[in-house]
Amino acid sequence: MSRMPLSLRMLLRDWRAGELRVLAAALVLAVAGITAVGFFTDRVRLALERQAGELLGGDVSITSGQPLSAGIEGLMPATMRQAHTVEFPSMALSAAGRSALVAVRAVSPEYPLRGTIRVGEQAFAPDRAIAGGPQPGTVWVESRLLGALGIAPGDDIGLGEASFRVAGLLAGEPLAGGGMLFGAAPHVMLALEDLERTGLVQPASRVRHRYLFAGDAAEVAAFRKVAEPLLATGERLETAEDAQPQLRSALDRARSFLSLAALSSVLLAGVAVAMSARRFISRHLDGSAVMRCLGARQSTVLRLYALQLTWLGLAAIAVGGVLGWFAQYGLERIMGAMLQMSLPAPSWWPLMLGAVTALVTLLGFALPPLLHLRHVPAVRVLRGDAGAMSPAGLLAYLAGGGAIVVLLLWYSSSVRLGVQVAAGAAAALAVLAAIAFGLLSLLRVIQPWLAPAWRPGVRSLVRRRGSTVVQLMAFGLGLSVLLSLLVVRDDLLAAWDGALPADAPNRFLVNVQPGQVEALQAFFAEQGLDVPELFPMVRGRLVDIAGNPVDIESFDEERARNLLRREFNLSWAEVMQSDNRIVAGRWWQLGERGSAEVSVEEGIAEAFGISIGDELVFDVGGERLAVRVTSLRSVAWDSFRVNFFVIAPPGVFDAHPATWISSLHVPRDDHRVLDRLVRAFPNVTVLDVAAIMDHVRSIMDRVTAAVEYVFLFTLVAGLLVMYAAIQATLDERIREAALLRTLGAGRGQLLRALMAEFAVLGLLAGLAAATMAGLSGWAISTWILDLTYTPGMALWLVGALVGMLGIGVAGIAGTRHVLDVPPLGILRAS
Amino acid sequence: MANLEKRVPSPEGELVILRDMQFSIEAGETVAIVGASGSGKTTLLGILAGLDTPTGGQVMIDGVDIFGLDEDGRADLRRRSIGFVFQSFQLLSNLTALENVMLPLELVGRRDASAVARAMLERVGLGVRLHHYPRQLSGGEQQRVAIARAFVADPALLFADEPTGNLDQRTGDRVIELLFDMNRERGTTLVLVTHDEALAARCGRRLVLDGGRLAGTV
Repeated sequence: MSRMPLSLRMLLRDWRAGELRVLAAALVLAVAGITAVGFFTDRVRLALERQAGELLGGDVSITSGQPLSAGIEGLMPATMRQAHTVEFPSMALSAAGRSALVAVRAVSPEYPLRGTIRVGEQAFAPDRAIAGGPQPGTVWVESRLLGALGIAPGDDIGLGEASFRVAGLLAGEPLAGGGMLFGAAPHVMLALEDLERTGLVQPASRVRHRYLFAGDAAEVAAFRKVAEPLLATGERLETAEDAQPQLRSALDRARSFLSLAALSSVLLAGVAVAMSARRFISRHLDGSAVMRCLGARQSTVLRLYALQLTWLGLAAIAVGGVLGWFAQYGLERIMGAMLQMSLPAPSWWPLMLGAVTALVTLLGFALPPLLHLRHVPAVRVLRGDAGAMSPAGLLAYLAGGGAIVVLLLWYSSSVRLGVQVAAGAAAALAVLAAIAFGLLSLLRVIQPWLAPAWRPGVRSLVRRRGSTVVQLMAFGLGLSVLLSLLVVRDDLLAAWDGALPADAPNRFLVNVQPGQVEALQAFFAEQGLDVPELFPMVRGRLVDIAGNPVDIESFDEERARNLLRREFNLSWAEVMQSDNRIVAGRWWQLGERGSAEVSVEEGIAEAFGISIGDELVFDVGGERLAVRVTSLRSVAWDSFRVNFFVIAPPGVFDAHPATWISSLHVPRDDHRVLDRLVRAFPNVTVLDVAAIMDHVRSIMDRVTAAVEYVFLFTLVAGLLVMYAAIQATLDERIREAALLRTLGAGRGQLLRALMAEFAVLGLLAGLAAATMAGLSGWAISTWILDLTYTPGMALWLVGALVGMLGIGVAGIAGTRHVLDVPPLGILRAS
Repeated sequence: MANLEKRVPSPEGELVILRDMQFSIEAGETVAIVGASGSGKTTLLGILAGLDTPTGGQVMIDGVDIFGLDEDGRADLRRRSIGFVFQSFQLLSNLTALENVMLPLELVGRRDASAVARAMLERVGLGVRLHHYPRQLSGGEQQRVAIARAFVADPALLFADEPTGNLDQRTGDRVIELLFDMNRERGTTLVLVTHDEALAARCGRRLVLDGGRLAGTV
C-alpha cells in the first residue's frame, strides 16, 4: 500500500501546526548557501570552458622565455595559421614627461587566431571587435593608462626609444589575465614589427614569447603530438582545453574554499535540524503510539515519518535552490569585476549539490531521533512514560558529524585539504567547547554575587548546561569567523604595515643595461639623492642537482615546480648583503674571484633538497655552468630589498648577458624623479611595490568579502540553532512562567529574567568568539606570518556587543510567547 | 484467555501484576473490568488488546493466539478488528477533529476517509466541530471524537480504558450513553476498564480484579 499520500497529508498537517518550520528553515539555509556558491562557480567554469579558445587566442599556445627553436614551427602543416606575441612589463612616457608602468604586448598581424580584440575610440564609448592588432606606429592602450599619463586618445606615448600614437582603447582581448603584474598594470598593445625600434628587448631582458597556432581539430591534435616531445625545458604547450591553468586552478581553489565556508553553515544547520527533529519526534511519540494502536505496523509508522521528512527535504531543496540562485548574484557583484568576463547561465549541477547536501544533512542529523520511534511501544497509550526519549548526548551528533565529514571530503578538491579542514574545524570546535565550558563554570561561581534581577536568567543558563554549550559553540563559530575577517584581518594588515620601516624600498628598477649602471648612479647623484645599490643578474635554468637531472614532475610542491619552470636570476657579489645571514657553510673570502661556488637561499634549498657540497648545473644562454654550494643563507624577504636565491662570487656568471636591478625609496606621490629617470633611461622599468600591493590587497578584499558573504549564512544558521534550542525548552519555559505568574511574578519581572538570560548568553558567545578569533589571529601571525600580533581590546568589545545585541533580540523574540500565555490553561493542560 | 501472567522486574525484586488469569468473552458481550487502583486492570486491558505482552499464558481472539503473532501481526489484527477509547482521549494534538477520525481509515488507504469520518462525527453530535483542534474542544467533546475514531473503522472489538475518568459526572454520563448506543447499533464486543460502579453495572458482566487475580465474575 502506498504511504505517499498519507505522508504528504501528515506533512501538511504538521506544517500547519508550525512544528517543522525551524527544521525546514535550517535545510533551506544549508541548500541556499551551497547552491549559491555552486551556481556562481559553475557559471565561471562554463564561461571558462566556452571562452577557452578565445581566452588562449588560438588552439595551441607555446610560451617560452626565448624565441622558439625553429624546429617546432617547421612541423606545422601549411594549412594551420600561426601568430606570435611578445609580452613584458615596461614604462610608458607621455609627451609631458609623466611615466607609468605598463604591460606591453607586441603582436604579429595574425593575432588573435581565435576570438577578437575589442577596441573603442573614447573612454566609456561603445567599442567594436577588430580582427588583427594595431597598425605599425600606433598602439592601443587600456583606458586607465590615460589617467595615469594625463593623455587623451590621439596623443603620443613613448615606449623605450620609440614613440607611438594612441589609436584606440583596449576594451577586451584574449589573454586578458596572466600574472600578477599583467593584472596590475594597464595593457599596451603594439605591432610586433615595431618592437625592435623600442630597443626594449635586450638579450637578458625578461620577456614572454607566445606562439599561437590554429587549425582544425585533427591538425591541432597531430601538431600537438609531434611538437610536445620537442619542447625544451621552459617551453610550455597549452591547448584550449587546458588554457589558463592558473585561472582554472584558482577557480577550483575558490570553489573549495567557498564551499567549505558554506559547509560551516551546513554544520550549524545540521545542529538545528537535529534539535528540531528531536523536538518534532518527541512531540509525536504519543501520536505514533496511537497509530500503532490503530493498527499501523512499526515499520509503517517509521516509513510515514521518514517519508514526511523526505518531502520536507525535497521542498527545502526547491526553495533553497531558488534562494541560492538569487544569492549567487551577490557573489557575482563582489567577484565579477575581478573576472573580466560575462557569465553564462549555470547548469543544473549545483542544484544536485544542494540536494545531496540537504539529504545527507537530513540523514545524519534527523535520522537518529527518527529511529527512536522504533522503541516506542503501542502500550505508551496506556503508560505514558513508555518509550520516552533520553536527553540528547554528544553521541546523538555522531552521525551528523559523520555526514559533515562526508560532505567535506566531497566538496574539497583534495583529500588532503578535506582532512586539514576537518582537523582544523574539530580543533576549533574543541577550543570553543572548552571556552564555553570555562565561561559557564565561571558564571556558576559568580552567580551568588549577581544582582537578584539577573539570577533567574543566569540560573536558567547554568541549569541547561548542555544546550547552553551547544548554543555558545554555534554562535561562537559563526561570529568568530566574521570577527576574524572583519577585525583580526585589519589588525594583521596594520601589524604588517607597521613592521615595515618607513623608508623601506617601494620601487624596483629592473632591466638596467650594463652600459647604464654608471650613468644611472650619476643620475641619482645629480638629483641629490642617495645612490641606490645596483645588482647584476643573469638568467639561468637549474638543470641538474647533485648529479641528478632536474625532473619538474618529481616535485610535489607547486611553488617548486613553478620556480623550476622559470629561469633563476643569478647574481654575484663580493660581500654579502647586510640583511642576509649565513645558516650553513661559509661566505667566500674577499678577492676569491671565479671559484665555481654559490650561496643558496635556505627556503629553496629546502624545497629542492639542496645541501652544502652539492653541485648545481645551470643552463645560462645554452651553456652549462657547474657550481658547488658552499653556503646557505637566510634572507629577510619582507624588507623589500633586492635579494637573490643564488649568488656566486664575481667571475662566475659575469661573461653572460646581464641586466642590473635596484630598489629604492621614493615618497609615494613624488612622480618627478621617476618621470625624469624614465625619460633619461626609457628601457628601465620602474615597478611600484605599493601599486602592486594595492592590487593584491584589492583582490584580497574581494575574496574576503566573498567569504564574509558566505559566512552570513553561517551566522543565520547560528541564529537558527539558538531558535531551535529555545523551541526545545519552550514547553518547559511556558510551564515555569505560568507557575511563577501564579506565584505572583509580574510580566515585567519575567521579561527582565529572559533579557538577562539572553544578554548573558550573547555576552558569553561574543567573548568566546572574540577569544577564538584572537587565538586564530595569533596563530596565523606567529606561525605563518612571523609577526608580533596582540589582539586589541576592540575585538572583545565588538564581539561582546554584537553577541549581546544579536542574541538578546533574537532570544526575546523567540520566547516572547512565554509571557503572553494565560497561566491557568497551561497548568491545567499539564 | 488462559493462564495469563505478567511479571515485571522492579528494584524490590520481581513484581507480579497479573497471575492465573483465565476467562472468555463471547462476541457481542459487554464486559467491565473493575478493581481497586493497582489491581492490574489497565495492564490486563493492554494485554487483551495486544498492546502489551504477558510473561506467560495465552490470549485467543477469534481462535487466533495473538501472542503467537509478531508485533506486526498484532498491529494488523488491531487495524482490522479492534477499536480503543482511552481515559486521556489520546487525540493527536496537531490534527483537527475530522483528521483524527480519518486517521484509522487513512492507515488502510480508504479513499472515502473524509466522508466516512464526517458522517461519524455527525453521528456523535460534533458535525459543527469538524475543523477544531483538540485543545479547542471540551473534555466531553474530545472523548466523543475519540469514540468516533474508535468506531469509524467498524471494529468487532472495542476496548475502553476508564473512558469517563477525566470527565465530570454529567459529561461522563453523556459519553457513556453515546458509547453504549453506538455499541448496540453496531453489535460490537465491548471490554471496558473502570472503577465507576454505575458504569460497570451497565455492562452484561463484571470481572473483579484484586491484587492481580480474578477475584470473581458478577
